[in-house]
Amino acid sequence: MTIKRRTVLAGMLASGASTVALRMPAVAQAAPFKIGLLTVKTGPLAQGGIQMEQGIAAFLKEKNNTLAGRKVELLVADTGGNPAGAKTKAQEVIERDKVNVILGPLAAFELLAITDYVRENATPLISLAAAEDVTQRKANPFVIRPSATSGQCSHVMGDYAAKELKLNRMATISDDFAFGHEQVSAFQRAFEDAGGKVVKKLWPPLVTPDYTPFIAQIGKVDGVFHGFAGSNPVKFMRSYADLGLKGKVSLLAGWTGMDDALLKSLGDEAVGVVSAAYYSATADTPSNHRFVAAMQKDYGVLPGGYAAGMYVAGQCVEAAIAALDAKADDRNALAEALHRVALTDTPRGAVKFDQYGNVIGEVFIRRCDKKDGQLVNTVIKTYQNVSQFWTYNEREFLGNPVYTRDYPPAKNLEN
Amino acid sequence: MNLWLTLAVNSIALGGLLFLLSSGFSLIFGLMRIPNLMHGSFFMLGAYLGVTLLARGYNFWVAALASTAALALIGGLIERLLLRRLGGDPLPQVLLTLGGAFIVADLCLMLWTGDPWQPGTPDHLRGVVEVAGLYFPLFRLVIVAVGLIVAIGLWLLVDWTRLGAKIRAGVDDAPIARVVGIKVSQLFTLVFALGAALAGFGGVMGAPYLSVYPGLDFEMLPLALIVVILGGTGSLLGALVGSFLIGFLYNFGQAMFPDLAYVILFLPMLVILVLRPQGLFGKVVS
Repeated sequence: MTIKRRTVLAGMLASGASTVALRMPAVAQAAPFKIGLLTVKTGPLAQGGIQMEQGIAAFLKEKNNTLAGRKVELLVADTGGNPAGAKTKAQEVIERDKVNVILGPLAAFELLAITDYVRENATPLISLAAAEDVTQRKANPFVIRPSATSGQCSHVMGDYAAKELKLNRMATISDDFAFGHEQVSAFQRAFEDAGGKVVKKLWPPLVTPDYTPFIAQIGKVDGVFHGFAGSNPVKFMRSYADLGLKGKVSLLAGWTGMDDALLKSLGDEAVGVVSAAYYSATADTPSNHRFVAAMQKDYGVLPGGYAAGMYVAGQCVEAAIAALDAKADDRNALAEALHRVALTDTPRGAVKFDQYGNVIGEVFIRRCDKKDGQLVNTVIKTYQNVSQFWTYNEREFLGNPVYTRDYPPAKNLEN
Repeated sequence: MNLWLTLAVNSIALGGLLFLLSSGFSLIFGLMRIPNLMHGSFFMLGAYLGVTLLARGYNFWVAALASTAALALIGGLIERLLLRRLGGDPLPQVLLTLGGAFIVADLCLMLWTGDPWQPGTPDHLRGVVEVAGLYFPLFRLVIVAVGLIVAIGLWLLVDWTRLGAKIRAGVDDAPIARVVGIKVSQLFTLVFALGAALAGFGGVMGAPYLSVYPGLDFEMLPLALIVVILGGTGSLLGALVGSFLIGFLYNFGQAMFPDLAYVILFLPMLVILVLRPQGLFGKVVS
């Protein structure tokens, strides 16, 4: 075997060149700022998870991967939508990739699995998941949440149902897991405090092949609030219409139940459903116009709350880097700066954070209409400056236990 | 009372759908003894294919038959190229079909994204039927009718045709069947393909009712297992009775004992397994 001199020479040149190439940016510019995205790309939660990735990717593309003058690198990890996977991937992005900030995860139980871990490792996290206590009784100084707590939108829905829709007797139906429990309890509390009565609460398991037996139990009510997430709203609303309840008993929904991204999977059965959400694709802000256009151009989809949540998270990162400048690599300083972020133009409107790191922002009441053969969620009322505590006294709110399936107790249940 | 009538009619409809799902499983697991964990995947794949064809404007029955044919082909290939090599050993079969199920799930996610798909009910099957003063969607009754037709067809095939006799002979004693000139391996490919095709057909029929989304595969698989275990392995009559039994149990159980929602289907299966391990209509394997 012979080694050609030219080959060796080329190899030496190449290695020499790469050393230079490696050293040069170290002098000229700091290492890229690393964002780790914990999302779900497989399994039943993948629809929202894929939207999350598209949302942050659309933001970074708009900014040409440079936030406040700093080069940004995005690392995407698929948790598989379960707590164990979330923990493994959080370890991977923190310990191996040494990310500056984590975006995500998607589901409440995933967030609960990693909240202590990110705190121990002093890595800021911008959550999409809604688990109430992470910004309440167990507030984590490293976590901010620009999306919403589970109850943040459904408090508003409960109030609107009683005061504006004048509904008196309602039933609730929701997936039987933490996000569903928290949403329904918040709805019930606000609805009953405004004079309504929740007379029936139904909890189908997360995996339910057919909702008919549950819908058959609804009984005589004026309205139904559903808190389904993932692909379950599609199945539920079809059965609801099939059994002839549509048009007779008003149907209300939480933000995951009528997310804008879900509209293309729905049919006429969704027309007329009223929902409360922190994001509306029709919102009239400059950044939202850019965002919706980018999502339609790059992915051919209408963005919903999952994608918008991550776009806003990206804006928060940008604002924090701008505030810290060279100190952005200090993770403690970054966590503090994230809490102080206040944005006037995001796809969901103005955003600021309370002392627990949860967003104070707009919540939209929307009604699903059919325009030119397409379903749209038309905004019919906007609530400004909605906090996670709604109109309740903060101290009193935090003095109560966190919302669960049975707290606050439903006093008006009938059989 | 309205509630109970609604539940009764819905039980029958769900039973029809479950039979479409589990008849194929009954053939593969009951007759051929292959614990096919890809059965839910076949169902989901059939549903996705059907939904895609429907979205392109094809007639519902054309879409259903096309994806049935596609699944027959896929099933046949899987049996011939993969399962055949395992020599009937159940452990590798479980591993292989489980791995296959994961691969199909990921492929579907890549091809059809994570968005749920729900085709509208086909126009000529839309509308409601009045049953005893109660309105009921026509499409669900069509599912029952189709389920019954498939049941009769399978029964005729297995019990009354020469092909059925060969299949039964191959299952009962493969070496002897080979000695008398039955091509057992070809027959098994055929049966597996038929089972997969039935699952795919069930998927298309179920799509307007259940919608199609990632994770549907592993929601349907346990249902097929429960039906076949309850009804008795290897018995088509068992699968038929099991399907309607589960349909009723599910509907009335969820409505009457909502707190038992999670165990309502598994509890009767447990009781049957303890009292009559071969299932309601199963033969005792000697």
